[in-house]
Amino acid sequence: MELSQFISALTPFNLALALFGVVAGTVVGSIPGLTATMALAVLVPITFSMEPASALILLGAIYTGAIYGGAYAAILLNTPGTPSAIATTFDGYPMAKKGDGDLAVALACFASVFGGLVGAFALLFLAPPLSKVALAFGPVEYFWLSIFGLSLIASLSSGNVIKGLAGGAFGMILSTVGVAEISADIRLTFGSQMLIGGFGVVGAMIGLYCIPVLIDLVATPDRHLKVEDDVRSVRIGEAFNLAMKSKFNLVRSSIIGTLVGILPGAGGSVAGLVAYSEAKRTASPEQRFGEGEPDGIMATESANNATVGGGFVPTLVLGIPGTPPDAIVLGALLVQGVRTGPTMFSQSGSIVYTFIYGLIIATLLMLPAGLLIGRYAYKSIVTIPKAVLVPTVGFMTIIGTFSIRNSVTDVFLMLCLGVFGWVVAKFGFSASPIVLGLILGPIAEQGFVQGWTIGAATKNLFGMFFGRPISQAILAFTLITLIVPLYMARRKSRVQEVSDNG
Amino acid sequence: MIKNSLVKTAAAILLSAHVGMAASAELSGPVSYVIPFGPGGESDISARFQQPFFKEKFGQDLVISYQPGGGGAVGWASLNGLSGDGHTIMGVNLPHIIIKPAQKDVGFKTEELNTFYMFHYTPDAIVVNADSPYQTLADLVADAKAKPGEVTLSGSGKASANHLAQIKFDKLAGITTTYVPFKGTGAAVAALLGNQTKAEWGYTSVGAKQGDAVRMLAVAMGERHPLFPDVPTFKELGYDMTGGAYRGIALPNTASAETTKLWSDMIGEINNDPEFRKTMLDGGFAMLDVGADEMSDFMAERIEEYITDARAAGLIE
Repeated sequence: MELSQFISALTPFNLALALFGVVAGTVVGSIPGLTATMALAVLVPITFSMEPASALILLGAIYTGAIYGGAYAAILLNTPGTPSAIATTFDGYPMAKKGDGDLAVALACFASVFGGLVGAFALLFLAPPLSKVALAFGPVEYFWLSIFGLSLIASLSSGNVIKGLAGGAFGMILSTVGVAEISADIRLTFGSQMLIGGFGVVGAMIGLYCIPVLIDLVATPDRHLKVEDDVRSVRIGEAFNLAMKSKFNLVRSSIIGTLVGILPGAGGSVAGLVAYSEAKRTASPEQRFGEGEPDGIMATESANNATVGGGFVPTLVLGIPGTPPDAIVLGALLVQGVRTGPTMFSQSGSIVYTFIYGLIIATLLMLPAGLLIGRYAYKSIVTIPKAVLVPTVGFMTIIGTFSIRNSVTDVFLMLCLGVFGWVVAKFGFSASPIVLGLILGPIAEQGFVQGWTIGAATKNLFGMFFGRPISQAILAFTLITLIVPLYMARRKSRVQEVSDNG
Repeated sequence: MIKNSLVKTAAAILLSAHVGMAASAELSGPVSYVIPFGPGGESDISARFQQPFFKEKFGQDLVISYQPGGGGAVGWASLNGLSGDGHTIMGVNLPHIIIKPAQKDVGFKTEELNTFYMFHYTPDAIVVNADSPYQTLADLVADAKAKPGEVTLSGSGKASANHLAQIKFDKLAGITTTYVPFKGTGAAVAALLGNQTKAEWGYTSVGAKQGDAVRMLAVAMGERHPLFPDVPTFKELGYDMTGGAYRGIALPNTASAETTKLWSDMIGEINNDPEFRKTMLDGGFAMLDVGADEMSDFMAERIEEYITDARAAGLIE
């Protein structure tokens, strides 16, 4: 990691590329349905005609920008632009409803930059040892991790545990539709060709989150978001002070994001969720998570951007990509003749280090770029008349869903889920448990099947599922997550009783 | 540069709307190359390797996109509905396109796919960790004989090339091992490197990618792979086993005979470029040259072999 690579990452051309990449990525990420994967896949050929390092800087910048961009739609439209931003909706949209959308967008920017830097520096200094984390996670650990993720549904839907779990279970059932990933069975298609591809996460997410918002916009006379009459100055200073006050939250969430990012089977949505629930669990009593708590946004957004750097750890060190964007960068590196693996840092060091420095620079550039675009996005969503906003967003949901795999079926399924989501929301079921079930279901199923197969073969099923240290730790966390809210609720009601009686 | 990339992005977006292009057998614009899986697998990597050569030789961009779903079935079921003017092609994989339609109705049939070139295969190989007690294939076979079912091997998917290889080898060697299916080669390799399983049914490309971290016990080729002169073939060790996962490209079946021939020639030309061959071999792939003319014979042979194996294993009825 000599200085020369840092300087070569700093040429005006590379800086311009990084800036362009961050801006383009932010825009792509903010539109539900357009993903970083698509943008990167299209841009890879330019790595052939360009200096490899420059091209990689561009790819890294787009990726990191897209993860941040996902927060805009989450905050302003209650629709995560990428799955990583699911937990951003929990507090981001309530903040926007209260008229604090600009503050929320600025907070997301500070948190994303912070998380992105933590992940990138972990990649720079600790990649080889951290890659061992990826290998320590076997099938059973993934199984328990997904169970832990599902248990978070219970703690997040406070007061509504049963409905939350029912939603999660429904999501898991949806995830089994179509050709099973590892067993090759075709399930729950009812003989129809339409369902063979199953329910895509992004399409389901657009339907379940975005369509109900659109229906409500049409069905109610209110403005979309509350706007203050007086024109306020930019709320960057306020956001910065809030971020400074939550240093500990930012550091913890970024570390969680980096570690979860390293696991090839998990991803940004799980990272954001774990960080969010940790922030909620350790919150002070006056914080109201789920009703517009700034710490909720900061936890999710720092964690999901930290997964960018974390995800490149197994990609670069082991040649095992964690996420689809990682896989595309890996492909671009292979075409350049870079051999991944333990020797890569010594053999192809200059390309790899320039790439990592480029990622750090792009993350830093996200600060001014993100604040500017965020302000613009907020203003346009707030000032645009409803008659324009609804058809525009409606159009984007359809194009976005279609473009994922050029499938009209996906658009149809998205719309059906959207109407379904709107109806069940009236009965107190929210979208997040369903989407989380859809994401975590396959991880749980695969981990269980593989763990069971290996355990049965080695005649040690019990030890397989309960005897491994990491599994035991995750299991303990799961129990804490499930029991603590119950205990707190009971204590609260007892205190209530006492004060009522007194 | 930036402008250039923007143009390319725009071109790729417009591409999906391309209809009614010139019917003559020549290319008038960028080509959409659909991979019916996610990025990062062998199908994606080998398509990426072709990309710069295609641009250099034929002057047009090859725009790769991913359309995962149903283990490839979603893509293949949609292929014949796409424009047959030669500006849309799709990767095809064996044994997938043979086994899947034989299991259930998945929206396409093997013979409906207009496969015009099979350009490489990744030979089956048994891979173990560098610190594994199995030094040779004989060690693994002896252990499996002593403890039937206790030798676990990871692999990519069920009823896949890896799975069929495991079934076949178990029969040839008279052993019982346990196959553990993972989602893609990457996950199967991670399980191997993390010692979750004792070995992996993988490909020579795994050996190329992982280098010193792993050891291949045998490869299912007619002769040793040039990249691994020290790794014996199954044949040398007395097991009659060659093959692997074959990859090719198909056009929609509305494509004219001229368009099919043009594509077969173009991919053949790339395949015979010494630099391309070297890139592929260094990646652990093995070259294959089956053009449009010989495709029906090649497929008939494969169908016979895969269906027999899969039926014997109870994977299809």
